[in-house]
Amino acid sequence: MSDTLNEQISNIPNDHVGFITSPKWKGEVVSGISLPSDHLERVEGWGVSTSSAGYVFRPSTLEALYEVFALARRTGRSVGFRGAGRSYGDASLNSENIVLDLTRMNRILDWNPTTGIIKVESGVTIKQLWEYILPDGWWPAVVPGTMFPTIGGCASMNIHGKNNFVAGPIGDHILEFELLSPEGELFRCSREENSEIFRSAIGGFGMLGCFTSITLKTKRIWSGLLEVEAVNIPNLDAMFTCFEERLNGADYLVGWIDAFGSGKGLGRGVVHEANYLERGVDPDPAQTLRIENQQLPDTILGLLPKSILWKFMRFFTNNVGVRFVNLAKFWSSKLLDRGGTFRQSHAAFAFLLDYVPNWKKSYGKGGLIQYQSFVPKETARHVFRAQLELCQKRGFPSYLAVFKRHRADEFPMSHALDGYSLALDFKVTRKNRDKIWRLASEMNRLVLDGGGRFYFAKDSTLKPEDAREFLGDKTLADFVLLKQRLDPRGILETDLAKRLFGSK
Amino acid sequence: MPEPIRKAIVVGASSGIGAAIAKRLAADGAYVAVVARRDDELQRLCDEINQQAGEERAMPFVHDVRNRDELPLLFQDIARRLDGLDTIFYAAGVMPEVEPNEYSTDKDALMIEVNTIGAMAWLNEGAKRFERMGEGRLVGISSIAGDRGRRGNPAYCTSKAAMNTFLESLRNRLEVKGVSVTTIKPGFVDTVMTKGKPGLLWLISPEDAAKKIVSASLKNKNTAYVPGQWRLVGTIIRSIPSFLFKRINI
Ligand SMILES: Cc1cc2nc3c(=O)[nH]c(=O)nc-3n(C[C@H](O)[C@H](O)[C@H](O)COP(=O)(O)OP(=O)(O)OC[C@H]3O[C@@H](n4cnc5c(N)ncnc54)[C@H](O)[C@@H]3O)c2cc1C
Ligand SMILES: NC(=O)c1ccc[n+]([C@@H]2O[C@H](COP(=O)([O-])OP(=O)(O)OC[C@H]3O[C@@H](n4cnc5c(N)ncnc54)[C@H](OP(=O)(O)O)[C@@H]3O)[C@@H](O)[C@H]2O)c1
Repeated sequence: MSDTLNEQISNIPNDHVGFITSPKWKGEVVSGISLPSDHLERVEGWGVSTSSAGYVFRPSTLEALYEVFALARRTGRSVGFRGAGRSYGDASLNSENIVLDLTRMNRILDWNPTTGIIKVESGVTIKQLWEYILPDGWWPAVVPGTMFPTIGGCASMNIHGKNNFVAGPIGDHILEFELLSPEGELFRCSREENSEIFRSAIGGFGMLGCFTSITLKTKRIWSGLLEVEAVNIPNLDAMFTCFEERLNGADYLVGWIDAFGSGKGLGRGVVHEANYLERGVDPDPAQTLRIENQQLPDTILGLLPKSILWKFMRFFTNNVGVRFVNLAKFWSSKLLDRGGTFRQSHAAFAFLLDYVPNWKKSYGKGGLIQYQSFVPKETARHVFRAQLELCQKRGFPSYLAVFKRHRADEFPMSHALDGYSLALDFKVTRKNRDKIWRLASEMNRLVLDGGGRFYFAKDSTLKPEDAREFLGDKTLADFVLLKQRLDPRGILETDLAKRLFGSK
Repeated sequence: MPEPIRKAIVVGASSGIGAAIAKRLAADGAYVAVVARRDDELQRLCDEINQQAGEERAMPFVHDVRNRDELPLLFQDIARRLDGLDTIFYAAGVMPEVEPNEYSTDKDALMIEVNTIGAMAWLNEGAKRFERMGEGRLVGISSIAGDRGRRGNPAYCTSKAAMNTFLESLRNRLEVKGVSVTTIKPGFVDTVMTKGKPGLLWLISPEDAAKKIVSASLKNKNTAYVPGQWRLVGTIIRSIPSFLFKRINI
């Protein structure tokens, strides 16, 4: 395949000069070489509500990867990286230009089951990773709510897990990486070597270069199970209090909020706390650590094959349906809350959503967006209360609202801070789209006034001035300077980068 | 609620119906690439549109539809300059004067090349892209002249009849892929093409025609006569048996 790719690229005539001058290319005449049109594909954000046409290349070797950069230079096109495309919005899209899909660079390069240190190519997925290390008694130190993202995509967004408040983002567990700049230079980066690139490329949304290898430290575990407790929460204040009480000591904490709760019940929901089992607690670690014993059953209640579950969910994915489902979820948790704990596999706890294949399809053709904001602990109560009220007032209570605790980290472009986040999913239709975007912009104001931050992996609605305000001029200027050093021709771009930092 | 037109190409936009379509689209907020041979006319049109919009909504691309070799690159470039593409209007056309007793293969070939093969080239390029994207609109400006082989200008009628059939085939291929194909059959429109010609029944302005054409496209109509009353005429004309049609002087 890489041969074909190389061939295709070298077969493009060099002398076929056309008529292109693009203002984006600083007025210089770009040679009129077309890209192979059979590479044109519809590229979607995970939320489906954003898509564009891109020329997709899927190299499997470093040489082929480098060739794509060469092609970009020759055709005057920009390059946007794409991992598994699990960012909700336009972060891994690159309209009318090259999309460099890294999912075939998916080799595990080195694994040491004694130290738990693993070196992978950037297209290795979280799923590949945990399935590889689990039987040896290790688990990725940080995972997102789905197992399909690539490690490269996760590093680029500096993702967080339900343990962000203790474990930090994934960047805290990256020991070193190699980054290929679009000029073809390979940088080895760690906290000691090229440390500025190290801190900025993590969370750098693919703007500085391509991760080609990443070395991670993973987490020792003594069982394939977690001790989980579900706590029914009557309102938003109680939600905050519950988190505050449990922060010290919990390994994982996550809150689900019924966004339809109002008045005294505003912010009601369920908190899940999960903790690792100490050494010796699990009598059969060799068994619970088997991949087979991590999976959820294939049918829900033994009846409905989960592969078609989304078709049924579709009937509930509207204001009336979600209100009803949420009420049922809330009350069943209240009735079943006897203060006890139960054991659940790591995968089941971490990736619950993955066990309903295609659940996003239940949102219909227009898809969904996720609006996630991060607010300092001092202002979070006020901001999230106001957000929940605003959504209800505008007639768009979120269909899925998730609450988490975070901590500040060493990566300048990171989204996390010492505070809380609220992630709100909204169904998008052609009719409501403008209204949802207006609602988001109202909520942005609340977040910015509260000193909060945003997350490019989830973003669809930010405007340049919002991004600038939360990042701060200094951070942004430093980042731009570094980008100019690594990518002087401005080859690396994505639709998100154009939307928020474009020259238009 | 129809999917709006945001990014469009209008081929044959330097005058007449095409120019009016470009203006209409831009006034509705779309970005348009305008294509034709006459540089000055295109530039003037873009200046007018952009001045009115207060931003660069129209971009000129000088191109002769007979130069098919340059199409793939031009097409890619336009899509990039527009940063996307959802609709193509093919309005380029010629109708040279043909005497009642004139049989000029050169003139005939020109009409087929511009009106038909040009349309095929552009719409094929669009079909390839839109089929892959699973959405998009193709709109061909044909003519009532294609409904019947009339005595006046055999090749013009042929060029439009061929276009109709081509568009119908595309529609049958593409609709299942989410792409709509609309055939527009204008009656008489007040442009240089009809200037000084006798018997211009129900003559409408290019602006009026453009409004109706854009509206039919937004509704993803299969075929739209412009204005609508020509549908009846077309239906009657198509059902007149040949032995009678030969004797009628239309
Ligand atoms: C259901 C669901 C739940 C989620 N839960 C969480 C969560 O709990 N916490 C969280 O933090 N996130 C979460 N996410 C978001 C997800 O983890 C991030 O969007 C992640 O970046 C996706 O990785 P990806 O491989 O799909 O990358 P993509 O989305 O394809 O790309 C992400 C970014 O990485 C860049 N990139 C990709 N590969 C490389 C590379 N090799 N080198 C340089 N840059 C590269 C791209 O240009 C882009 O800017 C969730 C997403 C979904 C769909
Ligand atoms: N007017 C009517 O009553 C009427 C009725 C039915 C159908 N139509 C059809 O409507 C369409 C538009 O016609 P119109 O009335 O608006 O006439 P027009 O003003 O003459 O417009 C014709 C357009 O086609 C372009 N064109 C011609 N040859 C071309 C070539 N080789 N390459 C690229 N562009 C070319 C012209 O631009 P350049 O010359 O700058 O290249 C011009 O922009 C035609 O297809 C016509 O058949 C018109």
